[in-house]
Amino acid sequence: MKKKSRAYKVYRYVKHYVNSFLLLELLSGLRLTGKYFFKKKMTVQFPEEMTPLSPRFRGLLALRRYPNGEERCIACKLCEAVCPALAITIESEPRLDGSRRTTRYDIDMFKCINCGLCEESCPVDSIVVTPIHHYHISERGQNIMTKDKLLAVGDLMEKQLASDREADKKFR
Amino acid sequence: MFQDISILLWIIIKILVIVLPLLLVVAYLTYAERKVIAYIQSRIGPNRVGYKGLLQPFADLIKLISKEIIVPAQSNKYLFITAPLLALAPALAGWAVIPFSEGVVLSNINAGVLYLFSLSSLGVYGVLIAGWASNSKYAMFGALRSAAQAVSYEIAMGFSLVGVLLASGSMNLTEIVNSQQGGIVHWWFIPLLPLFFIFWIAGIAETNRAPFDLAEGESEIVAGFHVEYSGVGFALFFMSEYTSMVLISALLALLFMGGWLSPFEGMPGLEGIFFVVPGFVWFFAKIAFFLFVYLWIRATFPRYRYDQLMRLGWKVLIPATIIWLIVTALMVLGHVKPWFSLVTI
Repeated sequence: MKKKSRAYKVYRYVKHYVNSFLLLELLSGLRLTGKYFFKKKMTVQFPEEMTPLSPRFRGLLALRRYPNGEERCIACKLCEAVCPALAITIESEPRLDGSRRTTRYDIDMFKCINCGLCEESCPVDSIVVTPIHHYHISERGQNIMTKDKLLAVGDLMEKQLASDREADKKFR
Repeated sequence: MFQDISILLWIIIKILVIVLPLLLVVAYLTYAERKVIAYIQSRIGPNRVGYKGLLQPFADLIKLISKEIIVPAQSNKYLFITAPLLALAPALAGWAVIPFSEGVVLSNINAGVLYLFSLSSLGVYGVLIAGWASNSKYAMFGALRSAAQAVSYEIAMGFSLVGVLLASGSMNLTEIVNSQQGGIVHWWFIPLLPLFFIFWIAGIAETNRAPFDLAEGESEIVAGFHVEYSGVGFALFFMSEYTSMVLISALLALLFMGGWLSPFEGMPGLEGIFFVVPGFVWFFAKIAFFLFVYLWIRATFPRYRYDQLMRLGWKVLIPATIIWLIVTALMVLGHVKPWFSLVTI
């Protein structure tokens, strides 16, 4: 290591004193914060404004229908099998026209961990995650999303669900 | 008899005319603080109560007043209740000698500077008593820190005041301001620059503001001396802190920045344009500037550690003041120009 010369040490010493007595470092700190005073503000005013959501956002679950109004779910129970939290309960029997349909499709929102594996496993894109994330459960029993409720959410969000899936299509 | 009462009433009216606007200023200083710090942190600050959040101080006030006053079981109740009043009273009483403009002063006493200095030191007793009376370890720590801080910063503050007294040759605040006549170049902050900064730093320390707010350091000792206070007691401490901030800013403006004097005095052209601006507008503008810097500093610097605070006080500020005091004294003795003003002789 090169030994610092005596003159350099004195220079450093003097520089340190000049710096600290002229408050130079404090002034540069004040200049930085002063700049931020005039910068654009980051705040998102929540109830009026929202942060942008990804089309992959995993919120409330929903069941979709085909454009002709027929429900997509064919009661294959893959989602029930894949669900890591065991949140899905499905019962099924053949409908009058012979097609296999669910008679019961319950998701327990207390168990659901919003992992989205059910959507990935679904062969007919029936069970999907929606971007809805402002919901609450105020009473016991409301945590069970029944088939009717899930279909209703799907109907409500169908337009956005379709466009989100279209946007994300090439990555699936 | 009747005359005595009328004089008393007249004084009370004058006091109210000073104190009520002062409290309004204090209320809006809290709002300004939240806004300025928010802006510096890229936030927008309170904006829900009233237009742009302008009614926020009153919402806070109503909240604090309607809260329960909790007196800890093991505390010294008498002192616990007295402490916030002891903190607020000196901060308000100091305004008695502050001249707002030529002759506009409640009591024009000759030892004004001395009076203010003693009152600003008295404010510490409220903090000390609060910390002791709460019978809580964090409050005690806060009070101890505050005591140590007061002892070490008052010396530097006092010495820097002595510099101003030497230069202006008076302890009367009105005369000190008048000795700075002649535009911005004649204000004492130029010949007494080191003392100006030291007084400023010591003033920040004296009011327990960031970066010297370790008497109430939230992160280490919760809230320091006022941990146990709630509701009105807390509000009083808050008010005393902000009132002394305004007081120190006013002092800075009076002692070093020419009080109500226009900065453009003696400059051809500009002097004529700004002649219409009344003196107290200049005074308030200077106070507002110092208050803004208070908030700016709070948003910028991290809190001093206790030993750093002591080091700065004893090993930097006090020697620096003494050196500049000697320089000032010699200059005044030798009648050298910027330090020696003819006005007071």
